[in-house]
Amino acid sequence: MANYSTNEFKGGLKVMLDGDPCSIVENELVKPGKGQAFNRVKLRNLMTGRVWERTFKSGDSLEAADVLELEMEYLYTDGDMWYFMKTDGSFEQYAVEKKALGDTEKWLKEQVPYTVTLWNDNVINVSPPNFIELQVTETDPGLKGDTAQGGSKPAVLSSGAVVKVPLFIEEGEVLKVDTRTGEYVSRA
Amino acid sequence: MEVDWQPTADIATLRERARLLARVRAFFSDRGVLEVDTPVLGHGGSTEMHLASLFAEATTPAGHERLWLQTSPEFHMKRLLAAGSGPIFQLARSFRDGEVGRRHNLEFTMLEWYRPGLGLDALIEETAALVNTVLGQELGDKPGPPQRRRYRELFRQTLAIDPFTLPLDALRRLAGQRGGLDMTDSDRDACLDLLMSLEIEPHLGRDGLEVVVDYPASQAALARHHRDPEDGARVASRFELYFEGLELANGYDELTDADEQAARFEQDNADRRAARLPEVDVDARLLAALVHGMPEGSGVALGLDRLIQLALGKQSVAEVMAFATPRC
Repeated sequence: MANYSTNEFKGGLKVMLDGDPCSIVENELVKPGKGQAFNRVKLRNLMTGRVWERTFKSGDSLEAADVLELEMEYLYTDGDMWYFMKTDGSFEQYAVEKKALGDTEKWLKEQVPYTVTLWNDNVINVSPPNFIELQVTETDPGLKGDTAQGGSKPAVLSSGAVVKVPLFIEEGEVLKVDTRTGEYVSRA
Repeated sequence: MEVDWQPTADIATLRERARLLARVRAFFSDRGVLEVDTPVLGHGGSTEMHLASLFAEATTPAGHERLWLQTSPEFHMKRLLAAGSGPIFQLARSFRDGEVGRRHNLEFTMLEWYRPGLGLDALIEETAALVNTVLGQELGDKPGPPQRRRYRELFRQTLAIDPFTLPLDALRRLAGQRGGLDMTDSDRDACLDLLMSLEIEPHLGRDGLEVVVDYPASQAALARHHRDPEDGARVASRFELYFEGLELANGYDELTDADEQAARFEQDNADRRAARLPEVDVDARLLAALVHGMPEGSGVALGLDRLIQLALGKQSVAEVMAFATPRC
């Protein structure tokens, strides 16, 4: 792979650092008047999601990371692996390990497109869409007439996620949920 | 794809900028300092190791020539001083290759002025007065007179080391550890620059203006040296002024010795060869002017875009420039 020098670092560039693929978040030149220049760089480790702050001598370089972000539909799980398929018409499938799936496991629904990050053709991350519609499989009976304010109760969704919902929600209803916050948005 | 043609500063900000520039001109006019305009191009350029110069291939009466875009108006202004100009100031477009970021732009406005016969202490006062004048009416509370900090003391207080005497390998270890990078091949100044940038600078000027003095002799550039009263160590007769963690100005008790100046240029180019950096043509006309004689005095260069950024409460220099480098 190619190398990128500090002056080519910009947001979104994928590079290798300490053996892990990272995405550049921010690159700031620091330089006392006529002194040596350094770059303070924030990078997101794509394996762990953690943000690292590192300093480089200006002109130093990092190896490019072979990272791709693709849209894929969720197909099914055999309990061991989770299977996704490219939406580009190729029908190419990828098996994803639990580790790469992370928290997204509780937001899985067949035929929904997810953003899948590939590194050297292996899936390292799966991100759900910001909003997803899921059915309530389990919750306490709804309170008739209580459609406005006051109180909430837990509801189990078809994907396994548990969210707080208003008291009037019934089992079997389909809800719109924000996957970033895990919060109920509205009835779908 | 959408083309980002719009200015990086909004029009209201450009109006404010014009108003502040007028205030700078009034400040110097009131003090009898002459405004000058010197060329952006020169036959010589800055030889400094850590300044990368741009050049232009030009056709002149002398034929095809390489002319250097000036990294500051210093050389031309010193030739005016030698020619008897008296005190002068300039709002000079200056160029430094590779320097683009929140605090840097490839081309920027340097406010530079020279005061024949004036010592460094008086120049520090004048620089603070200028900064207060520009910031004054924006920040209800002016920053006031500057706090003075010795370079050595700052390192002692912040990092518990003496930057002049700590052995190089210990300094490399500390810099490498604080910066999280390998500094084993770095020289003393590179280690000190890193620690200054990461550990000290961000805290400077948080409660008003702060001025750092008595830099290591190796970081003197075009300044004279003097002896540190503490133990006779050679220190550079220069200062840097900080406000809100930003380095604003760099002042010197100017070197007027032509031989010393020529030796420093040669040394710079030797260092450049060793580091496989391109050499820069030495400004022979500046050296000739120094041989003729430049009056003793002090001079200071101030990054005007940063000062305007602070005055207007902006987050980057791009926000106070019509078109920052990425959109130029």
